[in-house]
Amino acid sequence: MAIYTEEMLVNMGPQHPSTHGVLNLKLKTDGEIVHDARPNIGYLHRCAEKIGENVTYAQFVPYTDRMDYVAAMNQNLGYALAVEKLMGLEAPPRANFIRVIMAEMNRIASHLLFMSCYGLDMGAFTPFLYGFREREMILDLFEQTCGARLTYNYIRIGGVLSDLPPGFADKARKFLDYLPPRLKEYHDILSYNRIFVERTANVGIMSKEIAIAYGVTGPALRASGVKWDLRKDQPYLVYDQFDFNVPVGTGEMGAVGDCWDRYMVRMREIEESAKIVRQALDMLPEGETRAKVPKALKIPPGEIFVRTEAPRGEIGYYIVSDGGLKPYRLKVRTPSFCNLSAFHEITRGAMIADIVAILGSIDIVLGDIDR
Amino acid sequence: MVELTDILLRSFPILKIIPRDLILGTLIIIGAALVLAFLVVLAAVSTYIERKVAAHIQARLGPMRVGWHGLLQFIADPIKLLLKEDIIPTNVDKPLFILAPYIVFCGSFGAFAALPFSSRLYISNLNVGIFYIMAVTSLVVIGIIMAGWSSNSKWSLFGAMRSAAQIVSYEIPVALAILVAVSAAGSLNLRDIVQAQGGGIHRWFVFRSPFLFLAFFLYFVSSLAEVNRTPFDLPEAESELVAGYHTEYSGLRFAFFFLSEYVDMFLVGAIATSLFLGGWNGPVFYGPISGAVIFIAKAYLLVLVMMWIRWTVPRLRVDQLMHMSWKVLTPFAFACLLGQGAWMVLW
Amino acid sequence: MTPQEIHNKLKEKFGDRILDFKGDVPNPWIRIEARAAADIALFLRDEPSLAFDFLMCLSGLDWPQKEKQEVVYHLFSMSLRHMIVLRAELSRENPRIPSVEKVWPAANWHEREAFDLFGIVFEGHSDLRRILLPEDWEGHPLRKDYKVQKSYHGIRVMNPPGGPAGGGD
Repeated sequence: MAIYTEEMLVNMGPQHPSTHGVLNLKLKTDGEIVHDARPNIGYLHRCAEKIGENVTYAQFVPYTDRMDYVAAMNQNLGYALAVEKLMGLEAPPRANFIRVIMAEMNRIASHLLFMSCYGLDMGAFTPFLYGFREREMILDLFEQTCGARLTYNYIRIGGVLSDLPPGFADKARKFLDYLPPRLKEYHDILSYNRIFVERTANVGIMSKEIAIAYGVTGPALRASGVKWDLRKDQPYLVYDQFDFNVPVGTGEMGAVGDCWDRYMVRMREIEESAKIVRQALDMLPEGETRAKVPKALKIPPGEIFVRTEAPRGEIGYYIVSDGGLKPYRLKVRTPSFCNLSAFHEITRGAMIADIVAILGSIDIVLGDIDR
Repeated sequence: MVELTDILLRSFPILKIIPRDLILGTLIIIGAALVLAFLVVLAAVSTYIERKVAAHIQARLGPMRVGWHGLLQFIADPIKLLLKEDIIPTNVDKPLFILAPYIVFCGSFGAFAALPFSSRLYISNLNVGIFYIMAVTSLVVIGIIMAGWSSNSKWSLFGAMRSAAQIVSYEIPVALAILVAVSAAGSLNLRDIVQAQGGGIHRWFVFRSPFLFLAFFLYFVSSLAEVNRTPFDLPEAESELVAGYHTEYSGLRFAFFFLSEYVDMFLVGAIATSLFLGGWNGPVFYGPISGAVIFIAKAYLLVLVMMWIRWTVPRLRVDQLMHMSWKVLTPFAFACLLGQGAWMVLW
Repeated sequence: MTPQEIHNKLKEKFGDRILDFKGDVPNPWIRIEARAAADIALFLRDEPSLAFDFLMCLSGLDWPQKEKQEVVYHLFSMSLRHMIVLRAELSRENPRIPSVEKVWPAANWHEREAFDLFGIVFEGHSDLRRILLPEDWEGHPLRKDYKVQKSYHGIRVMNPPGGPAGGGD
C-alpha cells in the first residue's frame, strides 16, 4: 500500500521575528525540507515613486531616507547625484568629501546591524547587543551633524545641508580606533564559532551565473566571486582618490557564494570603510559645503540613470524630467528588490532553519524592496 | 518518609490511634508541598537571575526598577502572569490544550519524589531511584507533543515534532552517561551513590576515572538537549518558530511551561551533582541541613553554567542536532561505559 | 563598444525593427519595435561582442500627451563593461510587449512591477500578477490618469479633498 504524503503550505510572516520586516514567505515544505520558497512583498509599499511625481526635486529628499532606512545617507546620496547629473551641477569638493565620510560611516552602521540581526537569527543573542553598542556611537555622530539618528535628510542637491560640527573629526577618529578590537571580538564569538559555521557554510549557495542573471548586486554578488564594486570600477564622488580593497568571497569555510561568504564579505567591508573614512578625514579640504541651487529648481527636459554603491547593493535612480518643477518619472531601482528576486533559486532543497539563515544573509530591508 | 513515620510513632505513642498509612500519607503530602514551594520559589528566582546574567553578558543592566536592582522582579512577573486573561484560541483541542502544561510540569516535578537533598532529607528512598527519575522525566515529551498538536497552528506543530525527536534521541546518551556513574557506585539508589563519594574531593566520581570525567560532560551536554536549552533550543527557537510549541499559550499556562523549564534545569543540575560532583558531601562539616544547602548550591552552580552557555552560543539546526546525538554522543557514551567497565576490572 | 557601434550592430541584424537612436545624451538610447523585444534581448545577451548579461533596470513610462506608454531597459555588460538603454513604445489602450524574463531572470519581478503600476502586459511571462499592491486593487497607480479608489475592503483610501499632496479629488 502506498503512503500518501502531502506537501504542507506554510506561511512565514508577515509577522515573524526573523523576516527583517513585513515579508511574507510562502513555503512548500515536506517535513523540514522546503521545496519552494516564494517571497510575497508589498506590505510596506508607500508609493514613493508616485509621490516623486507630485513633489518638487528638493522636497523628495526626505522620502529617499525612508526607503532604505538603515542606510539612509546612501539613499540621499544616490538621488542627489542623479539630480545633479541631470542639471549638470558639480558639488564643491568639501561637500563631496563629507558625503563620502557620511556614506561610509553609514555603511559601517548598516553592516553592524546586519551582523547583529544575523547572529540573533542564528540564536546567538549577545553579538546583537555588542553590535548595537558600536552602532550607537555612529548614530551619535550623525545626530550631532544633522540632528537625526535614522532618517537624515542631510545630503542635499548641490552638496550637504550644513558643515560638520566642531570636533567631529576627533570623535570620528576616536571611534575608528575603538573599532578594530571590537571586530576581532565579533570574529571570536561569532564568525569562526563552530556552530555558526555549521549553520551558514555550504548553505544557500549562489553561483556567479545566478547572481548576474538575477541582477544581484553588492556584497551578495561579491560573495559569489564577482569582483565588482561601483566605488572602484565606476568611481563617483571622490572615491578614486582613496586606497581600499574590495573583499570577495573565497569559499573559505564552504563553497563560494554561501551564507558564510556573504557574512564575511560584509565584515571585511567594515574594515575597508573604516580605512576610507580615515583617509577622507585626513584629506578633507576647506571650502563651502553647498553649491548655489535656485529655490524653484527647474531642470531642462531629459533623463538620467545613475547608480551608486549602497551597503545592500547598487541603487539606481532613473529620473525623467519634462522641464517642470517636479520630476515626470522617478524610478528607484533598489538593491534589496533585485537581491530578493533570486531567493527561490538559492533555497532549493533547504531546510526551514536554513531559510532563516539564507534570508538573513541576503540582508534585505523591506522599505528598500517595497518603497 | 517511611523512617520518619516510624520515628514519630515511637516518640509520640499517642499517634498510634491513627492508622500508620494515614500518617505516612500526610507526611508525604506535606513533603511534596514543601518541595513544590521550594521549586516554585527557585524557578521564580531563576527567572530573575537569568535576566541579570543575560544582561551582564550583553553589556547592559537588566531589571533595575522593581526593588533595589530589580530584586522584586521575580514577584512582579508571576503576579503579572497570573492576572493575565486566559486566552484559549478557537479550534484548539480543548482538553489537550488545557492539560498539556500540567503534564509537562508533572514530568519534572515527579522526579523530586526520589531525589534526596541530603542524607536525611528525602521523600522516598527508592532502590531504583535514578531509573525512576529517568522514566518520569520522559513524560515531558508527551506534554510537549500535546501542546504543539492541540494549538492548531503549523508552527506549534513544528516545534512539538522537533522537540519530541530531540528529547527522545538524547535520552540515550543521558542514560548511558548515568550508567557509567551507576556502575562505579554499584547501585541505582541515589543515597548510596552519593555516600560512595564521601570523604574528600578526590573521592568525587568526576575525578575518580577519566571515563567518569568524560561521562560528566557527556551527561551535561546531553541534558542540555533534554531541557531544550540553547544550543538545543530549536523547539522554542524564537527567531524561527515565534515560540514553538508554546506560541499559543499565555498567562498561567505559559507560566507553567516556564516553571517546568527551570525546574528541569535544576533537576539536571541536581542529578549531575549527585552522580558526579559528590552530592551533599561538603568540605568540612555537613549534617542533614547544611548538606542540603551544599547540594542546592552545587546544583545551582551548574544551572548558572547552563545560563552562561545559552547567552554565548548560537543554536544548532535540527539535522545537525540529530547527527550529534546519534553519530557523536551515543558512540562516545558507549565507549565511556566500556572504558569504565575495563577501568573497574583493572583497578 | 560605444553606443553608436552597438546601434550599428543591432541595425545590421534586425534592420527596420530598430527605429531610432539618440547618442548625444548622458545615457544614449536605442528605440526598438515592441514586437521584437524578446529577440533583440536574446541577441544582446548571447552575441559575444555585446554580452549584455546584466539587466540593471526595467521601467515603465506613461505619456498621455503622446498617447503612448513606454518600457525602458537599462542594460549593462559585466564582462565588457558597456551600457545601453533600449526603449519600446506601446499603445496606451492595450500595452503589450513580449517578456524578456527568459533572457534575464531579473526581469521577472521588474516586469511584474511594471504590470502592477502601469498595466503593461508582458506576453510569455511565467507569473504575471501584481507584486506591490494587493491582488484585488483597482487601477494602475503610476498612470497619469489614475483615479484612486474610494475604499478598499471597507477602509477609506484617500483623505478628504484638500488633503496632503499626492492626488485626490
